[in-house]
Formats: sequence, C-alpha cells, structure tokens
Amino acid sequence: MSQRQIIQVFEQYQKSRFQFVQTVADLALRPQNIEILQNAGVMSLLRPLMLDVVPSIQQTAALALGRLADHSDDLAEAVVKEDILPQLVQSLASQNRFYKKAAAFVLRSVAKHSPELSQAVVACGGVDALVLCLEEFDPGVKEAAAWALGYIARHNASLSQSVVDAGAVPLLVLCLLEPEMALKRIAASTLSDISKHTPELAQTVVDVGAIAHLAQMILNPDAKLKRQVFSALSQISKHSVSLAEMVIEADIFPAAVSCLKDPDDYVRKNVTTLMREVVKHTPELSQVIVNCGGMAAVIDYLGECRGNLRLPGIMMLGYVAAHSENLAMAVILSKGVPQLALCLSEEHEHHIKAATAWTIGQIGHHTPEHAKAVATSDLLTKLLELYMDASSSEDLQAKSKKALKSILQKCTYLPGLEPLLYDVPSNILKYVVCQFSKVLPNDSKARRLFVTSGGLKKVQEIDAEPGSSLQEHINAINSCFPEEIVRYYSPGYSEVLLQRLENYQPA
Amino acid sequence: MAELLKIKSEVEEFKKEYFYRNSQAEENRQREYQAANRIQSWFRACKVRAYLSHLHKKAIIIQRIWRGFTARARFRQMVKAAYFIMKMNFYEEMAIRIQRRWRGFFVRKYIHNYYARKSYLEGLSRKNELVRMELAELEELQKRERDCVEMVKEQTAKVYQAHRLHHLLSTKQCPGVFNSPFRPAPHEMELLLRQVKYQAPARLDSRGRACLMGILGPTAPSFPGTLGSQWIKTTGTCCSSKPILPPISSKKQQGLFREPGEVWEQRMLCPDLTLRLQTSYTHLEEAQNQLRHKYIRLPTGKLGTGSMLHHLSHSSNSFTQPAYAKSLR
Repeated sequence: MSQRQIIQVFEQYQKSRFQFVQTVADLALRPQNIEILQNAGVMSLLRPLMLDVVPSIQQTAALALGRLADHSDDLAEAVVKEDILPQLVQSLASQNRFYKKAAAFVLRSVAKHSPELSQAVVACGGVDALVLCLEEFDPGVKEAAAWALGYIARHNASLSQSVVDAGAVPLLVLCLLEPEMALKRIAASTLSDISKHTPELAQTVVDVGAIAHLAQMILNPDAKLKRQVFSALSQISKHSVSLAEMVIEADIFPAAVSCLKDPDDYVRKNVTTLMREVVKHTPELSQVIVNCGGMAAVIDYLGECRGNLRLPGIMMLGYVAAHSENLAMAVILSKGVPQLALCLSEEHEHHIKAATAWTIGQIGHHTPEHAKAVATSDLLTKLLELYMDASSSEDLQAKSKKALKSILQKCTYLPGLEPLLYDVPSNILKYVVCQFSKVLPNDSKARRLFVTSGGLKKVQEIDAEPGSSLQEHINAINSCFPEEIVRYYSPGYSEVLLQRLENYQPA
Repeated sequence: MAELLKIKSEVEEFKKEYFYRNSQAEENRQREYQAANRIQSWFRACKVRAYLSHLHKKAIIIQRIWRGFTARARFRQMVKAAYFIMKMNFYEEMAIRIQRRWRGFFVRKYIHNYYARKSYLEGLSRKNELVRMELAELEELQKRERDCVEMVKEQTAKVYQAHRLHHLLSTKQCPGVFNSPFRPAPHEMELLLRQVKYQAPARLDSRGRACLMGILGPTAPSFPGTLGSQWIKTTGTCCSSKPILPPISSKKQQGLFREPGEVWEQRMLCPDLTLRLQTSYTHLEEAQNQLRHKYIRLPTGKLGTGSMLHHLSHSSNSFTQPAYAKSLR
C-alpha cells in the first residue's frame, strides 16, 4: 500500500471519531436522548476520546461529557467514578482556550448536583485549576471558570472556604470590572454564592473591595446583572451590623430605590431582599432607608407583585416596625397597613400569611395609636379567623395568636374590639374583656355605645370561673353600669321576671 | 445672939439644904447635862442646818443661773438649726420646682419631642409622596423608552419587508397588490414601497445601512445607531459581537482648509533625530579659521587689520594660539 492510502486510513478514522463525538454532543442537548446514550455506554467511550491527539476531538468530547453530566446526577457520578476528573484538571493547565472552556463546563456540570460531587471536584485539585483559568485573557474561559467556582461554592461553607483559600476572590473582583456583560453577571453571582454562608467569608469578599465595584453596577441597564449584584449585596449585608453598615456607606440607597420600578421581577425582589437584610440589624440602619423614601417604594411594590415575590417586602416592613414605635408610625403613615391587609386577603400560601401576621403584630404592639391603626383596617377579625381556622398551619396559628395578643394588650379602640367578643376562645377573650374593663370606667360615651351595641349583653353571657381574672374583669365592667341595666341584660332575666309575676299577689 | 442661933439652926437647914441641893443637883446633873447636850446639839444642828440651807440656796442660785445659761445657749443653737432646716427645705422645694420645670422642658424638647416627631412624620409623608411621584415618572419614562424602541424595531421590520417586496410596487399600467382601485387611498405598505429606493443586493451590510439611513430620516429621527446594529443582527450572527460603525460622511469642509491628511502630516512631522549634530562640533573654530585665512591673504599691514588679528588671536582658544602665533610670525 502506498503512503497516501495508509494516511487515508488514519484520516478516515479521525473523521469518524470527530463525527461520533459531534453527534453525541448534539444528541446530548436533548433530555430524552440522555438515557439511551447512558445505556449505550457513552461514558466509557468518551473517556479515551478526551485524550485524543486531535484537539478539536478533545474539545468536542469534553463538551459532550459536560452536557451529559449536566442533565443528571448519575451521569455526573459516573464521570467522577471513571476518574475523568484528574485528567481534566491536568489538561486544564496546558491546553488552548476552547478546551479550557469545555473542561470548565464539565467541572461545573459535575459540581452542580450535590455537595459530595463538588467535594470530589475539589479533591482532585479542580479549584486551583479553575483559579488559574480565571487569570486567562479570554473572557469565555473566565466566565466558564467563574461559573464552575460559583456552583462549587454554592453548596456549603467548607466548599466556599476552599474556593476562597485558592485565591479566587481577588480574581473574581477583577472579572467584575471586565467589559463583557456575561462575565460580570457570573462574577457577581459567584461572589454572592461565596458570601452567603458565613460572616468570615463575607468579610473576605468585602476586604477585597467588592462592595465599591458592586455598588457602581447597580444602575446598569442589564437586568440579569442587576439581579446578581443585588443578590450579592444582600448576602454580604445579612451577616452582621458592620457589614451592613459598609454596604450602606457605599451610598447605594437613594439610587437603589429607583430599581424598584425595574420591569424585571427578580431585580425588584432582590432589591427588597437587600433592604430587608440591611434593616433587620439596628434602628439607625432602618432610619437610613426610611429617610430616603424606601418605605413608600416597598409598599407600592407590594401592591404590584404577587405570591412569593412579596415575602421579602413584608418581612422588611416587619423588621422596620419592630425596632421602635417611631418607625412603626412611619410604616403606618406610609399606608402600610391597608396594603398588608390586602396581602393577607389575597395570598393563599401559609408562610406568606404567617409573615404578614407577624408584621402586623410588630406594627400594632407599640402604643394605643398603633393598635387603633391596625384595628381600623379590620385586621383583628382577620387575625382571629386565621388563628381559629383549623386548616392553618401551626406556624401561622402561633404567629397570628401572638400578634393578636400583643395588639389587644394595647388596643383601646372599642368599635374595633367589639366584634371580638363573639365566638372567641377564652384565652383571647380575657384580653378583650380586660381592655374593655380599662376603658369603660372613664368614658361615658363608650359606655352608652357598649350598651346599645349589645356588648353588655354579650359580656353577661360569658360564663367564667369565679376568681379567675376573666371574672374580675367582668365584675369591673359590671360595676361601671347601674344595677338595673346589668340585671336587665343578664341571661334568663325574662324567666326571673315571669317567676316574680307568678309569685306576686296583688294587694 | 438670936441671930447666931438662927444661923446655927439654919446651918443645919443649910447643910440639909446644901446636901439636898447637891443631891438634887447630882441627880439633876445627868439630866441637865443631857438636856444641855441636847440643847447644844440642837443648836449646833440648827446652825449647821442654817449653814447648809444657806449653801443649798446659793448652790441653787448658781445652778439655776447656769442651767438658764446653757439652756438658752442650746435654745439659740436649736433656733439656728431650725432656721437652717427651714431655709434648706425652702431651697429644696424651690430647687425641686426648678428641676421639675427643667426636666419637663428637657424631656419634651430633646427626648420625646412631640413637634420634632410630628414634623418628622410630616416630612416623611412628604418624602414618600415625592418618592412615589418620582418613581411613577421613572417608570413612565422607562416604559416610553421601551415602547419607542419597540416601535422603531417594528418600523425597521416594515421597511425591510418593503425592501424585499419592492417588486410589488404599482406601475402606471397595473395597480399593485397594496393599491387596489377599490380602496379610497393606497395602503401604507404601498406608500412605503414608493419611498424605498431599490438597491442591488450586493453588500447588504454597508449599502443596506446607507439606504436605511436615507429612508429612515423622515420616519424615525432618533436611534440611527441602534437601527444599524439591529439590521446587522437580523442578517448575520457572525458579526454580532463587533459593533460596526456608521460610514463617515464624505462632505467637503467649506473654506480654505488644507486636506486633513496634509495637516496630519505637518503635525506629525518628526525632525530627523540622530546623534550627529547638524553642525559639526568644531564648527565655530573652522569658521574663525576661514575668516582668518581670508584676512591673512591680504597682508597690507594695516594697523586696523593687525588689531583685528590681535582680536582674533585673543578670541581663539589658548592652546591653538601658538599655532596662529606662528602663522602670524
């Protein structure tokens, strides 16, 4: 055979290998093909192709492997078991940028499924290799490496710590400054995943000066970038007061409020999450946000969105109102209470309702003014319904009971309290009656109203054990009225009168 | 004699009397002695009692005066103390009044300042209103921008369609699809077709852009750059990453300006930078030499020239002087 013919054989073999790998990669794009491919034993076939002489076959094989591992847990575990990872990591250092991108993609798809798989990636030195990739020039390689690091760091604190120990954080901050939008997004998302676990990790991210760069990007027109930036800032600020103060000192606040009108839902949700994380630490931080008009913006946001997106907004209002009565009054003045009433009636998920009940309790428990504002929006009856409803979850019942109790102890608005005399369990009733017994001795108009609206009648119908505090309060109420009226309204008075009639002898 | 007898008889009587008296006196002696004793002791007692009572009286006087003195001193002290206490009570009461007023003032002004809280809450409501208004405006603005962009996109798409369907333009003979004779006025597509200038589809990215620029002037005055990039996006994906700049308009500048290329060259003209000087290092000496040689050729011996020669020799370097001096001689 001539030389040409022999070489032709090799070329044919190369072409068929390339075709095979290309086809497998294209098939792996569809989820329905994956099982068939897995049963056909594609993993063991792809493994030697990754060591192929021709670079394009290597790259395509890596790409196919990455797509396969992306789809399912078992395939990712198979990748780990077949010892493909050490080879990948070694060749990451030496190959060209297309291979690096594909290899980083494989590492990412393996690491995303569970902490154990991420640990396997870390154990074979994947993190150091990925950090080396972060120093490359090509933005695509940096993006793939940052994405893989993000997925590794997402699972738990020790994996994040290993990512940080490899020196990834300064390089990620440099990636934030690159002009490519996708790279910025991924870098911000990775920083967010790193800093969410513990305060020390967040401190490490802050020490590299990430906050200033993140703060510069909040008014960027790209919506996905803004999502990640706000998510990163909120993960940093949630850990401690000093971190939250550092985030505030970066002067994001009046500008971030304008992002609450962004068309993208998740941008708005993340801004509200950031506000919540900042506000929950101290009253001064809440004051900063209230003063720049954040409260009104959040309340309007609550009016516009539905479902789970409302949760951070509701919790933010609760944290603000919890600090002091001043701030609670600010919430009331910004028309928060009607909005919360709407949320309570419109939402069906129990955890959102529980959060709303908690917030209402925090607003109403400070002074009689606050309790009156809550009572006028008819929220006391709603809270009572939630408490009494057997289908409410335990958490919801507990929160609504606590809120109701704390508001009732300060409520002196009698028209709001009256509906609560009917069909109420005794542990709530004693608070209601206690409040009546405090207000009625001093206010004659209220007494008149109490009698005419049938409240006195209801109070007489309550039977309480003598000597209990409920009975004492009932006695206190009865002593505010003349005896005839009390006797008139006591149950069974008509029978008593008829008895007297029967025993009466006309003189 | 009778007297003697009388005396003798009396002697017996006398002796009896004397004995009787003596015996009486003897008998009474004890009694009288005791009585005298008693009287004397009584008298002494009286004396002593008188003395003692005298002493007592005087002592009482002294003690009375002393007690009065101390009591008055103590009383004065008590009065002073009572006065002092009364004064202190008064001061304390006044101080309590001052402190009460001060505490009320301080608490009402700095700690639970009603007016500050009221004005804060009012300010907060105003700020909230402002923020709500501004956010509404911002949202409005953003929505308008988005709508504008959408509209421009639509318009570009329509123009592209018109460009592709240029052949459906109505002619004199035959009314086009969009210009049915039953319609009161031509369809907007027809109008667009009339506006579109047909370009041969040679290089779509540059020529197409140029025609777009020509057409879209009247329709969408803003956003030429975005249109260009959108046009490119719809045709080819390979050049989507590089932003292609609009063509530089080839308008001539008015006035007596030079060509830009010339001006550029003039600005950027670098002189030849070599380490060699334009003139040689010993240029000055050679020039002087030449001058000297010129003067030496005219040895007319004029003093003026001699002095000039002297001048020249003085002005030259010292170590070359001997050479000149030699040549002078």
